[in-house]
Parts: sequence; structure tokens; C-alpha cells
Amino acid sequence: MSFLGTVEKYENFGFDGYFASVTDDDVKKSIVKEKLTEKDLLNLLSPSAENHLERMAKRSHELTMQYFGGVISLYIPLYISNYCSNGCVYCGFSANNSIPRKKLTLEEIEKEALIIKKTGIKHILVLTGEAESTAGFEYVKESVGLLSRHFPSISVEMFPMSTGEYAELKTLGVDGLTVYQEVYDREIYKRMHTSGKKTDYLSRLECPERGAKAGLRLVNIGALYGLGDVRKEAFMNALHAKYLDDKYPDTEIAVSFPRITHSEGNFKPPHELSDWTFVQFLTAFRLFLPRVSLNVSTREKALFRNNILPLGITRMSAGSKTFVGGYAESEKGDVPQFDISDGRSTEEIIRSIKERGYQPVLKDWEPVK
Amino acid sequence: MNDILKLGGREFTNRLFTGTGKFRSRSLIPKMLEASRSEMITVALRRVDFDEGSENILEFIPKNVVLLPNTSGARNCDEAVRIARIAREAGMGDFIKIEIITETKYLMPDNEETLKATKILSAEGFTVLPYVLPDLTYSYKLVDAGAAAVMPLGSAIGSNRGIRLKEIIEMIIENIDIPVVVDAGIGRPSQAAEAMEMGADAVLVNTAISIADDPVSMGRAFSMAVEAGRLAYLSRMGEETRTANASSPLTGFLR
Repeated sequence: MSFLGTVEKYENFGFDGYFASVTDDDVKKSIVKEKLTEKDLLNLLSPSAENHLERMAKRSHELTMQYFGGVISLYIPLYISNYCSNGCVYCGFSANNSIPRKKLTLEEIEKEALIIKKTGIKHILVLTGEAESTAGFEYVKESVGLLSRHFPSISVEMFPMSTGEYAELKTLGVDGLTVYQEVYDREIYKRMHTSGKKTDYLSRLECPERGAKAGLRLVNIGALYGLGDVRKEAFMNALHAKYLDDKYPDTEIAVSFPRITHSEGNFKPPHELSDWTFVQFLTAFRLFLPRVSLNVSTREKALFRNNILPLGITRMSAGSKTFVGGYAESEKGDVPQFDISDGRSTEEIIRSIKERGYQPVLKDWEPVK
Repeated sequence: MNDILKLGGREFTNRLFTGTGKFRSRSLIPKMLEASRSEMITVALRRVDFDEGSENILEFIPKNVVLLPNTSGARNCDEAVRIARIAREAGMGDFIKIEIITETKYLMPDNEETLKATKILSAEGFTVLPYVLPDLTYSYKLVDAGAAAVMPLGSAIGSNRGIRLKEIIEMIIENIDIPVVVDAGIGRPSQAAEAMEMGADAVLVNTAISIADDPVSMGRAFSMAVEAGRLAYLSRMGEETRTANASSPLTGFLR
């Protein structure tokens, strides 16, 4: 059974009724438990738990120190193409937006790689849209093959591939996969993804699993907060992470909490994830999944990123440019996939992590081929 | 007292081995080493960056401390062997801690793959310290495979739960002729002392030191506990009994 079974199981669950029934006592009990059940997770994600944030934060900090220590792993995203045939109503790279399209040549990719490498960060996340004819699997293979000469650890955030394709990328030096479900609610998913291959909900839902089956050692999932009811989405995302963690013990699972920022097309998200609730989710995830990596990107503001460092974060992006060719040249008029809020340089980010009393880890993998 | 632990041609007077992971700042590592007087420290090769201009973790380790590179991240014998060779080629010495883990929930080592890697690497001249789930049969096999020591876990890595697998570790200590180093799970100095009282030759402590509010003092505390436990072991502690035992024997007058 894939994770679809869990999605179906909770499709008609009365979330609102349950959340309304959660008492302060329920929350307190769930915080101190050693092994949390799905019900405990619901308690911690409920509005009632917002009154217990400090307790949750303390527990989250303890667990994170125990399992990960005072270290934050850093990575840098690299956009190599923004061609996309999907119509996602919230995304700057959507096929429905008439923006300048660009795809880096191998030469340009190398140029970006050399600049990124100077930061000392040896983990990159390579991103493309979904465009089979212009930037398809062959292009991806060439690109990551080249990048593997510079980086010991490469994750891809592209388009859902088959297990065989991920296995092929693995032989070229890819060791990680990032793929967000965006929204677990199937009805909303349909409305948000109007055209292109991404309309296939199930293929996307099972994508992280295909990466794990192919032997990738890091699989990063997430819900894009703003599209659906944030508490339900967080719950389903946490269960998804647990499902993967249980089923693929040799793959490290990571979770991100992306919130919709301004993007091309001026999409107004129907739901909002406040800072307060963001922290609640972050700590609830840590309590429910002590060993899972929790990732925060430069979508978040610098001050907020600094403040949430002790709350459970173990992984961060740094120095991100969210447009194609962003490192080598910052041409005016280039359209980003989303606006970044933390515009600090990599050096500044590294320095502030140290100042906050954490050790930034710039390299955490040695490929053995 | 001349109590020296010999491993791979090196002599250790301090029986606390330490680790480099999880510290809030790398600059704490040399300070912790100085305070604890630990003479061997393990480093994950995956975190070492030899590229020019990069911050190299090895620069934080004083030259008099023996490096114990570990194969963290290896999921089978083959990967562990390759990592060990990379470490040696990079000038990190001949010591290697084999750590092969395919299960990320409790981080249990894979004894079978570890045994295979031990055989290969000791034949290549490495001083092999295999990290294993305590098992007497496997320990005998590791000795035959050329291991320099056996490193059974006390409980899950980073769990701070202490010597939960005590019975089996005691069997290994009693029966194995090579040094036994209790690795993983030791959360408190008292637990390190307990391992040493049991007759362990050394302990390896990372998490409990590195995540303490004051890792430098905690390193010292562990070192003192290890020394106390060792001294107690060498002094042949009294047996634990249920009945009271008068210090002056009741039948003493008969002698």
C-alpha cells in the first residue's frame, strides 16, 4: 500500500471537530510522551497547542540536540532551467506566465558551480521546471554529471521521475531528492494544478518513495503552506514523513515548511501560515519525528531564520538565488520562482549561525564510487 | 601506576576516546581535548573537506591526539572499505573505526558487513576498530579477522541510556583477548565509570560531551570518571552481595 491509503483514510476525518475537542491537558501529555501516536500529533498541531509553544520549543530543542547536536547542515540551490509545461497557479515559473525562459548551457552551469564552490558549501540542490522537450532527463543527466565533479553531494528538485531514472542519476553522483506534494488535499490539488503532467496527484505522491527505492540517501518532502488548510496539510505531511521513515530505514527523511511568498502571477494564497503557527508545526514535527531533518529555506526572513535555529532546524539553504543563472550574473528582469526574504550572502549566513552558537556544516558527504 | 593501553603500535595513558560530531562550535574541540586529556578522537570522513580554502575540521585537532577516522555513512562493507582507503590516502593515518549502518531509526550497526570490512582492512594494514552490536560469537570472529579492538555499543548512539547491554558486554570483556572499547550510549560520567569498572579497556564518548552546556568541563568530568572506574577495576573491587559483610571477618579469631 502506498501513502495513498493514508490520504484516503483521513479524507473524511473530522479534523475540525477533533481539534476543537483537544484540551490543554491533552497537549501537555502529548508533549512529554516518549513515543507519539497520530493522536498526539493531532493534539500538538491543534489550535489549543498554540498556548504551549514554549514547552514544545524546549522539548524540541532537547531532542534536536540529542539526535543532531549543535550543527546546521547547509546547502545551496542552483536553478538551471525555468522552462515548464505545468500550469501551477501559485508558481512564478508556471507555463501560464509569459516570462523570459532560460536554460543554462553546460558551460554556464560550470561557471555557476565554480562560484558556489567558493562559498565552501559542498551540498547543492539542482532545480528545473518540468519541460521534457527542452530540459528533459538527458539534459539533467549531463548537468548533474558535470556538477558531480565539483560537489560531493547533489540533490535534485525537478519533476517526478521513475525509480529507474533516479537510480541512473545516483550513478552520476546524485544522492538526494526534494519533492513537495504542494497540497495533500486532492480537491485543492486539482484546482491548483490546471495543466501539464503535474496534474497527476498520485505520481507526485509516490515520487519520494521512488527516490528512496532507488537508493537515494536523502529524501526531502514538504507541503506548500497557503494552498490548503494548514493544520490538515501539516498533519498529512508529517504522516507522509513517518511513512517514508518507517518503510525506508536506510534513507534519511527531511521535511521543509515552505510558505507561499510573492511570485509572478500575483497568486493570493487562500490560507496563511503565521510565524506563530510555523513554530508550532516545526516543534510538533520534531516531537513526532525526532530523527527527521527539518529544513528551512531563504524564503524565510533572516531574523526569523536566526530565531528558529534552536527550535529544531537541522538544515538550511544559504545564499540562494531563485532565478536561472543567478550566481554568475544578476541580470535585471530575470524572474525568480519565488521571492527570497533572506538576502544575506553565504558568508553572512554562516557567520550568524556561528554567532547564534551553532556549527554550520558545509560538507557532510563523501561519495564512494 | 604504569597502566598503558596499546593499540595499533600506539600507547594510550588516557582511556577516554572522544568524538568531533555535534559540537556547537569546532573551536570547542581543542579545548575539550585539553581539558579531558583524551588521546584519541574520532572524525567522520564525510565531514572532512580537503579542498583548498575550506575550513578543515582536522585543523582543530592537536597533532599529539591520534585520529580515528570513521566510516559514518557507509551502508555496506564495500563503502566502508573505500572510505577507509580515502582516509588513509588523505593522510589521516592507519586507524579506522568501521561504522556500517543501514537502519537510521536506532542506528544499529550491521555486524555481518562490519566483519567483512574488518577482514579486508586489517589485511591492508589498518588498525581496525569495529563498532558492533555486542555479540560474543561475532567478537571471536572479529578477533580472527584481525580487529585491533572490539567496540560494542552500550545502547543506541546518542541515546544517553547507558550500558543497557551490560550482560553481553561483560561476556565479551571476560572472553576476548583484544581491547574492548564501549562505544555509544554512554550519557553520564557515572556510566563511563561503570563500563570501566566492568573491565572495559576504554570508552568512546561523543554526544554526552559535545551537547553539554559546557563541553569542556564535561570532557574533564568524563575523563575523571574513566580514570576512577579504571582504578577501581585494577584495585579489584569487592563482589556485590545481598548480605551484609562485616569488614572484620566473624571467624577471624580462628586464624
